[in-house]
Amino acid sequence: MRIELERRPRQSALFAIISPLLALALTVFFGGIMFALLGKDPVSALYSFFIEPLLEVWSLHELAIKAGPLILIAVGLSVCYRSNNWNIGAEGQFTVGAITGSILPIIFYEWHSPLLLPLMMVMGALGGAVYAGIPALLKTRFNTNEILTSLMLVYIAQLFLDWLVRGAWRDPGGYNFPQSRSFVSEAVLPEILSSSGRAHWGFAFALVAAVAVWFMMRYTLKGFQVVVLGQSERAGRFAGFSARGMVWFSMLFSGALAGLAGISEVSGSIGHLQPSISPGYGFTAIIVAFLGRLNPLGIVASGLVLALTYLGGEGAQLSIGVSDKVTRVFQGLLLFFVLSCDTLILYKVRIVFDRARKLAGRSVS
Amino acid sequence: MMIVEAILLTVITASTPLVIAALGELVTERSGVLNLGVEGMMIIGAVCAFAAAQVSGSPFMGVLAGVAAGAAFSLLFGFLTLTLVANQVATGLALTILGLGVSGMVGESLVGVPGVKLAPIAIPVLADIPVLGPLFFKQDIIFYLSIALVIGVNWFLFKSRAGLKLRAIGDSHGSAHTLGLPVIRTRYLAVMFGGACAGLAGAQLSLVYTPQWVENMSAGRGWIALALVVFAAWRPWRLLAGGYLFGAVTIGQLHAQAFGIALPSQFLSALPYAATIVVLIIISHNRRTTLINTPASLGKPFVPDR
Repeated sequence: MRIELERRPRQSALFAIISPLLALALTVFFGGIMFALLGKDPVSALYSFFIEPLLEVWSLHELAIKAGPLILIAVGLSVCYRSNNWNIGAEGQFTVGAITGSILPIIFYEWHSPLLLPLMMVMGALGGAVYAGIPALLKTRFNTNEILTSLMLVYIAQLFLDWLVRGAWRDPGGYNFPQSRSFVSEAVLPEILSSSGRAHWGFAFALVAAVAVWFMMRYTLKGFQVVVLGQSERAGRFAGFSARGMVWFSMLFSGALAGLAGISEVSGSIGHLQPSISPGYGFTAIIVAFLGRLNPLGIVASGLVLALTYLGGEGAQLSIGVSDKVTRVFQGLLLFFVLSCDTLILYKVRIVFDRARKLAGRSVS
Repeated sequence: MMIVEAILLTVITASTPLVIAALGELVTERSGVLNLGVEGMMIIGAVCAFAAAQVSGSPFMGVLAGVAAGAAFSLLFGFLTLTLVANQVATGLALTILGLGVSGMVGESLVGVPGVKLAPIAIPVLADIPVLGPLFFKQDIIFYLSIALVIGVNWFLFKSRAGLKLRAIGDSHGSAHTLGLPVIRTRYLAVMFGGACAGLAGAQLSLVYTPQWVENMSAGRGWIALALVVFAAWRPWRLLAGGYLFGAVTIGQLHAQAFGIALPSQFLSALPYAATIVVLIIISHNRRTTLINTPASLGKPFVPDR
């Protein structure tokens, strides 16, 4: 028995919509099997993982808090991946954005001003962009592989943050805890609907970015350049587009969004710097980007789904006593199924049984 | 034992997993497949080796389990990228994310459990040579395997007929297919070899390097192994040298910390990653030589027309 692929004459519009849903269904199905193997009742485990977090208003706020950074980062990454630049160091750009954005509220902690928050956001985005500029510079100047350099920079950024909060930026009145001063109230990103939950304006940034990038990709020359250069650098060159310029544009843009996500998270949800500020948002955003089919509006939906896996993981830990590692397993499974189901968009898949093939071969000869 | 000797011994222990994992990836990439899931396969190998050694009480069973688990896990990657022609970069990332998750879940009950260390095997006569003896001839079996693998892979790639075919497939899968070479089957085998090596490297981590299970204990070594392949220009002997260079940097920063060097420990810990970037710059900046060395079909999907 073998699997054969036959290229479709054109992309299947039907499967473009069905494939992510099919991937989700398969993930839930295999997740159920996994719960059964762990000795839990699959139905109630899946219920508390995927449904229960959606039933209460405060928990929907938590969903928005987790979806915000995921969507923001993934929207930036989608531009990168579309243009065939593989920035996988968003986690590092997120961290550096959080650090540069925190310079004002930590060093000038006595400064109170309505300007503070906007400045922090701009500095966070700049920090992320500059950090993503390193692999861009190395790629355009020295031809290095941006996958490896951007990833190595993640480890370096995390160690730098660790050093800051344990050393130079440690809160002098913090009983030696490895964390920075708490931000003054003017430096805290406000809540959207503070009467019902904690969701802050970071989620709004994500939605605005998604719509803006959707508009850019669909209606502007820049978006067209991204797609053309991504599909064929040669074709792009003939059209007079610069592949080198696209490396810079896509890396800086995705880095800026990751940096903005970093400072939003620190200023909106945490309120100070600490050694660990992200449960792997930068890596999970890669899954979000693919599940959303690299389309900004699709990414909004897939960001909410992946945020649910974080929330469900936390809830399931308490209610049914499974490890929070289950979250990562779900995320990995989901990416696998998304990638395999995407085959259906470009190819017809046929399962060939060798016996039938031999018989067919005989009748021809 | 002299202090220098002790340091060299730890350098060897730190370099061995890098060499083995990178060697497996080298063969995979020579066949034209880019598998970014080394980190995931390594950590799966580490947890399975540790668990199997615990259950059976024999570290050798652990080594076998690590190799088998790495190879089996790589089949997932093979199925997606070779049979279903999924994007290799994204699938490799998926393998890493899944590997870290699954190993964390499987290993949860193993945290803090005292491990079984793979005992060194002294080779008679040779082990008695001063200095060199204890360094190279009184080591665990995985170290001997790593050297044997370098020699074997070098012979296979450049001296054997099968190796020539594998390189042909990696350089031009279209022509190789036309000549009747089994592109997909060869690539499956190469991917599995890469997985088995990553699993063996993982087993070294949890049975020799630090004989216990710690979550995320691969700590980016899989990615450094990927960089090593580029550094080595896809050649086994250069890879061995590069692996030991990186092992020396890793150990150097540990000893610097122990000697109380004034730099903060985090800066020293960042050294291996920074070194990787510097090495990549040095190796890649000459575009022409990179182009000559890189397998031409690397990372490109192949669909046989029927």
